[in-house]
Amino acid sequence: MYKYIIRRILVFIPMLIVLSMIVFGLAKAAPGDPFTGRMLDPNIDPEVYEQQREALGLNDPIPVQYVNWATRIVKGDFGESMYYKGRSVASLVWERLPNTLYLGLFSLAITLIVAIPIGIYSARNPYSMFDYGATTFGFFGLAVPNFFFGLVAIYFFAIKLGWFPSQGTITGTDITGFQEFLDRIHHMVLPGITLGLAGTASYMRYMRSEVLDVLGSDYIRTAKAKGMSERNVLYKHTLRNAIIPIITLMGFEFGALLSGAIITEQVFSYPGLGTLFINSITNRDYPVIMAITLLLGVTILIGNLLADIFYSIVDPRIRYD
Amino acid sequence: MSKKRKRAQSPFQLAFRRFLKNKLAILGIIVLVIITLGAIFAPLLTNHDPTYGDLLKIEKAPSEEHILGTDGSGRDNFARLLYGARISLVVGFSAMLFTLLIGVVLGALAGYYGGHIDNLIMRLADLILAIPFLVLALTIIALLESVTVTLFVTIIALTTWPSLTRIVRGTFLSLREQEFVLGARAIGASDFRIIFKHFIPNAIGPIIVNATLMMASMIIIESGLSFIGMGIPQPTPTWGNMISEAQNIRILQYHPEAWIPPGLGILLTVLAINFIGDGLRDAFDPKSNRR
Repeated sequence: MYKYIIRRILVFIPMLIVLSMIVFGLAKAAPGDPFTGRMLDPNIDPEVYEQQREALGLNDPIPVQYVNWATRIVKGDFGESMYYKGRSVASLVWERLPNTLYLGLFSLAITLIVAIPIGIYSARNPYSMFDYGATTFGFFGLAVPNFFFGLVAIYFFAIKLGWFPSQGTITGTDITGFQEFLDRIHHMVLPGITLGLAGTASYMRYMRSEVLDVLGSDYIRTAKAKGMSERNVLYKHTLRNAIIPIITLMGFEFGALLSGAIITEQVFSYPGLGTLFINSITNRDYPVIMAITLLLGVTILIGNLLADIFYSIVDPRIRYD
Repeated sequence: MSKKRKRAQSPFQLAFRRFLKNKLAILGIIVLVIITLGAIFAPLLTNHDPTYGDLLKIEKAPSEEHILGTDGSGRDNFARLLYGARISLVVGFSAMLFTLLIGVVLGALAGYYGGHIDNLIMRLADLILAIPFLVLALTIIALLESVTVTLFVTIIALTTWPSLTRIVRGTFLSLREQEFVLGARAIGASDFRIIFKHFIPNAIGPIIVNATLMMASMIIIESGLSFIGMGIPQPTPTWGNMISEAQNIRILQYHPEAWIPPGLGILLTVLAINFIGDGLRDAFDPKSNRR
């Protein structure tokens, strides 16, 4: 197992490097100098232009430029925004990151709280009315685009019923402490449900089929035959085995969650990384675009790594070759 | 022996018969055919030009002339709904075909030859999977001056092939070890012949199923990108473009007839394709009864 984990981490490092190379390549295709955020004006005196290029290191060989860039990134220096003059990319990203993180965690919590019990109940009562209802919900949850669902949710729950706010993260600045916390949660309800909808549908399906699989296996029959109570069979044997693929799924679905956040945040004008990303694309603010792309790429690589490592710890049956 | 004796059925025919018994899948086909016909015969169903905006008739409520009203530029919403179906279906279908081409060719190379080629292709696939699809597509879009339908389809294909490649590769790897392949090789069949005559027919089930389900997600992707204004640009009517008008709170609140129909259009199309995909999966793999 330890050998597997070490090997998996060793594979992670070259992937990280190639990922950075892809982002570097994309950034090189952008006009100007996307790393420091200084736009070059080709209309100025060619001599001054040449000097500026020289000073920025744009005349260096590509590998040297890459190493210089990567060194700065490791130190946390992502350059300056081209659009918000004088702001560093890092400060823009750090300002928005917590909001997206809260929204993602909130949405994941709703997803798990809803999907797992429904999946288990469906599997224990297959082909019942409840099961058909859950399956129908699953079909819709996977087919409805999240931005459309978000708009419908705003239309009914924010405009018609007035239960939840339709945008932002907080009502005012004059509330603090627990009140502030509640207000933030209140603002996250609609975007959180919207973001978690597709995930809820797929976790539910997974949970149902995993529990059904485990319930049909020989060791469950043995457990029942030796007189174990229904409860114990469910909690001690079934769920422990059925939950493993779900946790692995979480590692891989992380990317889908982040992608979904980009569009969901846009619908709810939620000031997170997603809206920053879209605004940066509209403004062609390349340094910010590249920083977010790199950040999300690294997050997903880490998510996959953790999922693999976790899997090898909880499921000793997998082969390590 | 009488000639009328029932011939043995190929696995493909058996799958087809199982598919016909699946009510939801048939329903999906009917819905998809209706939507496709509406898109093809759009000029016969409406007299309005979907790109012509009458600036004297902005955000009009439904009337006899404009049954779904007009949008923020005075364009007829019903005409845009019908013509928008064309973009969704064409982008979904062509992006699926393009992805299929890349995915199957690379998957076949990786699975058939193995070794270094396999390693190279699969590591590339891992990397593309590491960047969330939407982020990668948006980053590429940010580098472009403007987006056309062809360019859009290419971007989708170049960023989504890895999942299909993985499936094809997996199937090919398991086929490679089987004895009939050794037999084919022993009688001197070329690699090309083995891949096309023996491997692809054996892998066709998963390929078709995944391509179908992929088409559904591509329609959602197209509409999502158009919604945030990064997809097919206005004034081309797409369902995503139509819904994006609802980002204006006035249209969202007072003109639900403008943005709910295109949303339902996407929902119905995607549901129909998913039903067909699930039906195909059950037909090709009768052991699976996952829902």
